Amino acid sequence: MGKKIVVETQELTKRYDGTTVVDHLNLQIAENEVFGLLGPNGAGKTTTMLMLLGLTEPTSGSARVFGFDSAREPLKVKRLTGYLPEKVGFYDNLTARENLRFIARLNNIGDAESKRLIEQVLEAVGIAEMTDVTVGKFSRGMKQRLGIADVLVKKPKIAVLDEPTAGLDPEGINQILDLIAGLPQTGATVVISSHRLYEVQRVCHSIGILSKGKMVIEGSLDQLGREALAEGRYIIEVETAGVNPQLIKVINEIAGVRRVEAKGNLLQISADIDLRAEIAKAIVQNNIPLIQMKIREFSLDDIYMKYFHEGELEK
Amino acid sequence: MITILRKELADYFSSIRCFILFLLVLLASAGGLYAAYQGIRGAVSETGFVFLKLFTTSGGVMPSLVSFIALFVPIVGIALGFDAINSERYSGTLNRILSQPVYRDSVINGKFLAGMVTLSIMMAATILIVSGYGLRMIGVPPTAEEITRLFIYLVFTIIYGAFWMGLAILFSILFRRIAVSLLSAIAVWLFFDFFYISMIVPAIAKTTEAYLMLMRLSPNTLFDEATMVLLLPQWRGVGILTAGEAISYMLPNPLSLGQSILLVWPQLTSLISLSAICFAISYVVFMRQEIRS
Repeated sequence: MGKKIVVETQELTKRYDGTTVVDHLNLQIAENEVFGLLGPNGAGKTTTMLMLLGLTEPTSGSARVFGFDSAREPLKVKRLTGYLPEKVGFYDNLTARENLRFIARLNNIGDAESKRLIEQVLEAVGIAEMTDVTVGKFSRGMKQRLGIADVLVKKPKIAVLDEPTAGLDPEGINQILDLIAGLPQTGATVVISSHRLYEVQRVCHSIGILSKGKMVIEGSLDQLGREALAEGRYIIEVETAGVNPQLIKVINEIAGVRRVEAKGNLLQISADIDLRAEIAKAIVQNNIPLIQMKIREFSLDDIYMKYFHEGELEK
Repeated sequence: MITILRKELADYFSSIRCFILFLLVLLASAGGLYAAYQGIRGAVSETGFVFLKLFTTSGGVMPSLVSFIALFVPIVGIALGFDAINSERYSGTLNRILSQPVYRDSVINGKFLAGMVTLSIMMAATILIVSGYGLRMIGVPPTAEEITRLFIYLVFTIIYGAFWMGLAILFSILFRRIAVSLLSAIAVWLFFDFFYISMIVPAIAKTTEAYLMLMRLSPNTLFDEATMVLLLPQWRGVGILTAGEAISYMLPNPLSLGQSILLVWPQLTSLISLSAICFAISYVVFMRQEIRS
């Protein structure tokens, strides 16, 4: 795609007590992209994130962020990255502002600037009214929002968010997803992990699916969708009042149609290109009422289930 | 690191824990003073050092101030350090801090230093409070030598406290659960303070030399010996004689300051090295520890 690669791993491997959690992982994330890391529980998503951030040393292989090796130059990497842990925690006896100010100070942000930044990010995540309330009184969702504010306050070039919408109400999820989707415009690259596929589908440009520490599939969403379910073809679903063998024969003869399957009154046609016009014409010419016709859209669920099952079968 | 130090200090001074510890310090000072008030008339001898007697005199049932201090310095040290790391891990703040551009060691250094500062303020406050009230009570000002001796004693108490704090921090790194780290630190303290000195060593030591050597493995013994030599200038050696026996055999003229310091030099270096060992182990374990829980 010609885009600058800002996060790259090479044969990244992590073993804990003999079990391989991340297994020779090769990953590339382009600049100003929202990358979704998917996978079942225990697939190695969090460990991969920790290694990217220089919080855990890889057993072998390497992770590079903006060209800095995360294991050898963790401080340089940490200066550029913001991390929202899965189970985010704050000092309960301090207020939201004090918690963020502490992080700002650790990042050498001056007090005058941090004051402005803190108000700005708390506003952005929607808890501006809680600025001077001690975090001990926060609900789970508010803490999650504060966690995102905590990432934003240091203006990271790369934001690594582990389950950013966990514990939020539906409105909060929308708000946070909008915020995440807007991050690339401010010059940040985002890596998120999530179990909620529709969220990932909404904000991510590319995804990678992990299973047992291995990357099962990686790429942009729409491209993956077609590859996953139809070997790169279009699938057209047709509903008619009645199907007869003659119709199937006619449709099969249309140039570009690869396969026709009939299930009752439903026809599933896989084709190299979008042939809806031609198919409609063929049905009408055969005097069969056409009820509806659509191109099947690929939901991330389909992609996920397909590749995840493949991953399972390999074992 | 300064940022972490500042935050930890602010935490200590605003915490209920610290408030309770300060109350303990006040109580101990009051108890010590009361003991001195009761016993100081009989204790003042021709050797001088009246002011130091304030700290070492026990009156009737009340133990002396130094025995109060010997008792609560380990408690204060443990209280300051027992949840240093595992509470942060438990509340999820540790990985958030470590993902900031700070060296991992500055987290532990900051915590250790903040504990040292709190400990120093507490001990200095105790000694100053007792000195101030004692001065009003007995009306004898301290001599320059007494002030120096008290100051060295203060340094000793801080190092002794630092040892217990270092041990507590080590346990807070090793054990994930706060209750476990607290209980293990207290267990070690009880072991040395009661069982080791009064039961185990007398049971296994066959000779006097062995007895002394084994006793001095205990930080409590090292501290007690140093206290005696520093605050009772007529104390001429650290041996197995009990206080009463030793004093009755001793010539009634005190050691000079330099000689006393020389006498406690091994105790000082041992205590410092014990603290350093605790800190070094904590350091190494923490640097290698996985961040995941």
